[in-house]
Amino acid sequence: MGKKLLLEHINVPGINTFDVYRKHGGYASVEKALKKMTPDEVTEEVKKSGLRGRGGAGFPAGMKWSFLDRKSDKPRYLVCNADESEPGTFKDRYLMEKIPHLLIEGMITSSYALGTKTSYIYVRGEYMYIIAILERAIEEAKAKGFLGKNILGTDYSLELYVQPGGGAYICGEETALLESLEGKRGNPRLKPPFPAVAGLYGCPTVVNNVETIATVVPIVNNGGDEYAKIGIGKSTGTKLISAGGHINKPGVYEIELGVPVEEFIYSDEYCGGIWKGRQFKACVPGGSSVPILPADLMLKTAKGEARLMTYESLADGGFATGTMLGSGGFIVMDETACVVRNLWTFERFYHHESCGQCSPCREGTGWMEKVLHRIEHGHGHMEDIDLLVDVAKKIEGNTICPLGDAAAWPVASAIRHFREEFEYHVKYPEKVKNPKHFEIEPFRSEKNLVVA
Amino acid sequence: MTEIKFSEESLALAQRIISRYPEGKQKSALLPLLHLAQTEFDGWLSEDTMNYVASLLNIKPIEVYEVATFYTMYNMKPVGKCLIEVCRTGPCWLRGADDIVEHLEKKLGIKDGETTADGMFTLKTVECLGSCGTAPMLQCGADYYEDLTNEKVDTMLDKLRASDKRSSYLKSNRQEI
Repeated sequence: MGKKLLLEHINVPGINTFDVYRKHGGYASVEKALKKMTPDEVTEEVKKSGLRGRGGAGFPAGMKWSFLDRKSDKPRYLVCNADESEPGTFKDRYLMEKIPHLLIEGMITSSYALGTKTSYIYVRGEYMYIIAILERAIEEAKAKGFLGKNILGTDYSLELYVQPGGGAYICGEETALLESLEGKRGNPRLKPPFPAVAGLYGCPTVVNNVETIATVVPIVNNGGDEYAKIGIGKSTGTKLISAGGHINKPGVYEIELGVPVEEFIYSDEYCGGIWKGRQFKACVPGGSSVPILPADLMLKTAKGEARLMTYESLADGGFATGTMLGSGGFIVMDETACVVRNLWTFERFYHHESCGQCSPCREGTGWMEKVLHRIEHGHGHMEDIDLLVDVAKKIEGNTICPLGDAAAWPVASAIRHFREEFEYHVKYPEKVKNPKHFEIEPFRSEKNLVVA
Repeated sequence: MTEIKFSEESLALAQRIISRYPEGKQKSALLPLLHLAQTEFDGWLSEDTMNYVASLLNIKPIEVYEVATFYTMYNMKPVGKCLIEVCRTGPCWLRGADDIVEHLEKKLGIKDGETTADGMFTLKTVECLGSCGTAPMLQCGADYYEDLTNEKVDTMLDKLRASDKRSSYLKSNRQEI
């Protein structure tokens, strides 16, 4: 069993209430930070921990904190990004629903480190019931003196509010989130300036993912060095993985970074293997935006080494033979899954979610969706496959925010690794007109199947 | 036509929401207020409703329209009493979302995007709702219905019909299925 820092008490009855959470050591990090540490010392521990942003980009959290403009005389803000919308990802929802006080505690400790007087948690609108849970937790914490004026009798005061979104994936991008929090359309901003200098209302702002903020709690409690001992190299600590798709045990798992992918998929501690006794075909390990890999490359790198659940190992081989840890939205496909159809749903998603600001993304995602639709429904042409590669290339790197890249990478990687399957769709239009074509007869390509 | 105006309770809540933001930044309350307005005024945002929200926040109506039309949770036209939103993105599709949509279409006698003749149900397919580990799933107002089967969908529809309540993102009307 790996170490659990976030989900250790997740199954304790009543852990969603203040009293039970407190009985299990809750809010200790607030006491420690506010009474025994300076804000800079807290930031220092986060730096030492090597914690990387858990929303998907993996940027070192301590460094992001250190960029905050502390010389400005404007108010500062901490905004928690709970706009979890990356297909395949549901870890933040699980954490907020089951153990909301962990996020509230992390927000208080982090806000103290950053010197904010008001902090916000921006939650995707569809998670409205989660907002009620968080607001209840905030009220409890406030009643017990952990929020509001002069927390625990110290000079530090903090107000914490929860803000609902309106159903837009793009608001997970931090500058779009800030626009949305200001009551505007979620159009990402041009950077620089970065939010650390000019964020919410033009003030210095840090935006962190739910899991990142929650992780500050064990880091402050145990020390950054202790946290950094877990994991491998620059992938320190534990990570929540949302496991879904064709596996026996979908769910949220906290893993020590460094667990082999094979163990994660097949062990009963985690995914419990491929469902229905079928074969493992492909995996998108970090949310819909990261490159898809065929089973063999998912389990072993091109060099033949065991692939591990770390930022570095998953990226080994670059985009030619690797992928990314991303948000940890781990989507597994068995032999009956159609890579083309799955990709079509992804591109429909990106087309729907594009904010429309940049032409390559606004138009390109729509073209890719249409071309994929016709290939998948038996109306494709051979030239369509390279047309998709061409459009993806023209979107990548040519947009204000990473949504363009996020839409382009799945297309490029699916064609890179599963070109034969696209060709099959063009060659046998009658077969693919049945939406369940590969359930009737799985597509066989030796390269892409690992015999269990 | 009745005048568009929040109940006293909602108006008090709206004021509390506005007070969360620094002075002069009351526009930040726009998204939460639109949710509140949609719940209070029959599940959608008419032009009058949007103008009313603009007046509450002291902003121009266009500032409300451009936001309301950007976010998918705001309905720009009337919807059925229960808005059934089925997730159909990759991870849900892998676990049978298409079958659930097909079943709902057959059962309700409508297609994606349509409303039943009695005005009870609107069926809408949506993109990832962050419930991939319990797929297939759908959302009706504040409630997520997960690990769906056709039988569970039937039970849910029957109970929702019997409860005869308008779905709202802000108020749970969960039915045991």
